[in-house]
Amino acid sequence: MDNLLSIITFIPAVAAIIMALFLRGDDVAAQTNAKWLALLATTATFLVSLFVLAGFDPANTQMQFVEEYDWILGLKYKMGVDGISVLFVMLTTFLMPITIASCWDVKVRVKEYMIAFLLLETLMLGVFCALDLVLFYLFFEAGLIPMFLIIGIWGGKERIYAAFKFFLYTFLGSVLMLVAMIAMYWDAGTTDIPTLLNHSFSSDTFSLFGFQIIGGLQTMLFLAFFASFAVKMPMWPVHTWLPDAHVQAPTAGSVVLAAILLKMGGYGFLRFSLPMFPIGSDVLAPLVLWMSAIAIVYTSLVALAQQDMKKLIAYSSVAHMGYVTMGIFSANQQGIDGAIFQMISHGFISGALFLCVGVIYDRMHTRDIDAYGGLVNRMPAYAMIFMFFTMANVGLPGTSGFVGEFLTLVGVFQVNTWVAAVATSGVILSAAYALWLYRRVVMGEMIKEALKSITDMTRREKAIFAPLVAMTLLLGVYPSLVTDIIGPSVSALVTDYQAAIPVTGASQLAQH
Amino acid sequence: MTAIDFNTILPEFILAVFALGGLMFGAYGGKDRTAPTLVWAASGLFLALALFIGFGMTGERAAFGGLFTDDPFARFAKVVILVSAACVMLMAQDYMQRRDLLRFEFPILVTLATIGMMVMVSAGDLMTLYMGLELQSLSLYVVAAMRRDSNKSSEAGLKYFVLGALSSGLFLYGASLTYGFAGTTQFAGILSTLGGDIPFGLIIGLVFMLAALAFKVSAAPFHMWTPDVYEGSPTPITAFFATAPKVAAMALIARLVHDAFGSIPADWSQVLAALAVVSMFLGAIAAIGQRDIKRLMAYSSIAHMGFALVGLASGTAAGVQAMLIYMAIYVTMNVGTFAFILSMERDGRPVTDIQSLNMFSKKEPLKALALLVLMFSLAGVPPMLGFFGKFYVLKAAVDAGMIWLAVAGAVASVIGAFYYLRIVFFIYFGKDGDPVDSNMAPVQWVIMVGVAVVMVLGIVNMFGVEPVAALAAEALVR
Repeated sequence: MDNLLSIITFIPAVAAIIMALFLRGDDVAAQTNAKWLALLATTATFLVSLFVLAGFDPANTQMQFVEEYDWILGLKYKMGVDGISVLFVMLTTFLMPITIASCWDVKVRVKEYMIAFLLLETLMLGVFCALDLVLFYLFFEAGLIPMFLIIGIWGGKERIYAAFKFFLYTFLGSVLMLVAMIAMYWDAGTTDIPTLLNHSFSSDTFSLFGFQIIGGLQTMLFLAFFASFAVKMPMWPVHTWLPDAHVQAPTAGSVVLAAILLKMGGYGFLRFSLPMFPIGSDVLAPLVLWMSAIAIVYTSLVALAQQDMKKLIAYSSVAHMGYVTMGIFSANQQGIDGAIFQMISHGFISGALFLCVGVIYDRMHTRDIDAYGGLVNRMPAYAMIFMFFTMANVGLPGTSGFVGEFLTLVGVFQVNTWVAAVATSGVILSAAYALWLYRRVVMGEMIKEALKSITDMTRREKAIFAPLVAMTLLLGVYPSLVTDIIGPSVSALVTDYQAAIPVTGASQLAQH
Repeated sequence: MTAIDFNTILPEFILAVFALGGLMFGAYGGKDRTAPTLVWAASGLFLALALFIGFGMTGERAAFGGLFTDDPFARFAKVVILVSAACVMLMAQDYMQRRDLLRFEFPILVTLATIGMMVMVSAGDLMTLYMGLELQSLSLYVVAAMRRDSNKSSEAGLKYFVLGALSSGLFLYGASLTYGFAGTTQFAGILSTLGGDIPFGLIIGLVFMLAALAFKVSAAPFHMWTPDVYEGSPTPITAFFATAPKVAAMALIARLVHDAFGSIPADWSQVLAALAVVSMFLGAIAAIGQRDIKRLMAYSSIAHMGFALVGLASGTAAGVQAMLIYMAIYVTMNVGTFAFILSMERDGRPVTDIQSLNMFSKKEPLKALALLVLMFSLAGVPPMLGFFGKFYVLKAAVDAGMIWLAVAGAVASVIGAFYYLRIVFFIYFGKDGDPVDSNMAPVQWVIMVGVAVVMVLGIVNMFGVEPVAALAAEALVR
């Protein structure tokens, strides 16, 4: 099984090609076939990916399952995973069958819809597995195309504006990253990621247009990568594309966007920014920490004022991603453990919340909070599940949301007490907006005439939520499941990072 | 003429005999009724010769005392030229026949232009170079004005002619300066006769010649004729302009700078780098406002020429290889895109308005998908082949230490992505309306869909073009 990673990466793409070539017509039978084929392919991917998890050795902090081939134009096709990336691969393969199952009711251009999602899965897995800079860029950028089409074709009323905003924001960010990659290749003479991880880029201070650039090349490279990952993440103040994209995207699109695509930014920070440019990271870490703290408080407040359920959850996503960046740039074991944990857990929780919105949107065709109220009377099962994920989103102990927030806050507290204090207030705010949303939608008397005939969740819908509930609970009560796998890799990352920073600290220079 | 001379120019000779024979056949054998036969015969001959050149000829030979060279570099360029010319002619036949434009002179003129291009890429001497250039240009002037009853077509022909004549003048002036200072017109001898000191006049001569050739590849700031000529000429002719002549002129620049001025790369590389940067940005920015797809393709070709020049500007063998690969990919993409543009029509009349593509994807999903692939490939979005073309020229520039050029290229490619995206926007998300008809002859359909498939599958191994291009580049740069 030398090619396990390639196999899981390309199963969905092969299924998409088969679907594109051999599935004819657009009648109901063809649509059903397309859905089943997509479900089969994503499930198969998940099952095969379990072999990766089973064969993965957490104690080994090197890349595992490495495969390397010569490719065109002097490029290398190189794949591999380590403790940092393996869980993102698992998260993707786990969530995709659920996503596919959640769009069973789509009627418009079903075949193309399924093809777009299958291709998207291939590209996302490629991002997490790629061990060559150009290969990574290729997957990273190409992922834009299917997502652009998913929002633009199957989205809501303002979909075109949202699709373009999404594309241009992320594309602009990636170009700076491409420029940085060119500079890295120029400096290191290779695009091999494991080699680059051991290459130390120059950090001599130089002056540019009269400004002293502390940390030199590393700071510049860090900023260029930061531009791309911060947009993807998204961090305040470049988060504004996310609410638009979420609101306009179809439910399954929102799920993939929130649960997996956003994680590419965090993964990028962990794979590139922190280990490759430690001095640049150290110089700019205070800035990033404060940006994260502002993001947590500001977007939580914005979330309070939303009338649209999806928008509210989108802003809550931005706030939760704030914990992630904060954890990453506190650059200690708890912080980074917590950041990865938070990303995994947010994948389950935010995905589930968007599915919750999807359930009632499919029935009432509105996401307006005011249009609902008292759903508990007719939808007890729904109220139950929505309650569970609302609590998980708030970070109730016992759910996975708690572990991530707690660890990141512990991590950042050791580095910067003030940031930790400001960020902790976000915990209270998140409880405020999440519970208020829940009260307005689910609790109370059912007054609205239109809601009187609403039906509870079908068996299919319940089945979709079951694995998400299970994972959220499991990780909440037994977090070692995740931390054991990521632990050694994270600790190696932290050790290397601390070793690379001069004792007199570039960060002290930066504070002047 | 000895046997070896003759063997070296055999493909050109066969084409010349065919052109003259075809002219007689057309003139005395039924005028325009013979045109379809001639088109198919010429295309078949082109493809046969491409096979012969690609597989049957090996080694490096010089004929006529160094006037004409045959090496892997020339052969690579010739194969690309012949195959693209054949494809364009096959695509054009149906379009021109339905609009009563198919005159028997068309295949003959294209053949003559092709001979000119083949001479250009094989030139070993400024005289041969000029001869090839003029043979190509004169045929193209006539072809541009083929549609005699259309003002726009005549205007295009005249514009092309006037500016082309100007560039020929520039070239001759530069060549005469070069001859005056070096005492020879043979590429191999230009620098070797001087021994060390490079006279300033020679550099001026070089710059004049490069400016003239920049006209031919339509690199900014010598690009002014391109949008008007592209728009005014009948679409099949535009398709031809956008493909084979560009390869020939680009190969010619490579040959001139490396064969004749190879030992002083610093002097020409900065000129080419400047041309590259201006072209990339002008092509990307000026295309944004275009409403006509043919004008848009004109600016797109200007930008693409800028990228190909980035490869040349790096002045290394890897740079030439990158340029050759880029041009091969560029030509393939353009042939596919023009196969579609040729088919755009409403009530039988050709339309070139971008907005007419509104919601085209509903009407013809497969063609829309193929066009989507082509547009993303032109824009250089991974994972299409177009990305790898761009990647490789930028890598060549970085390897040669011209990192600023690579950065400029990366930025320009993003700006450029916008207008390709707009076409995708109209196809997939446009307002509901009556989209354009796409009336495709089978051969056009095969070419367009085939090219789209190539753009996706090519990323596996580029169909073996890479080592061939490396061989060609090594033959040129020593």
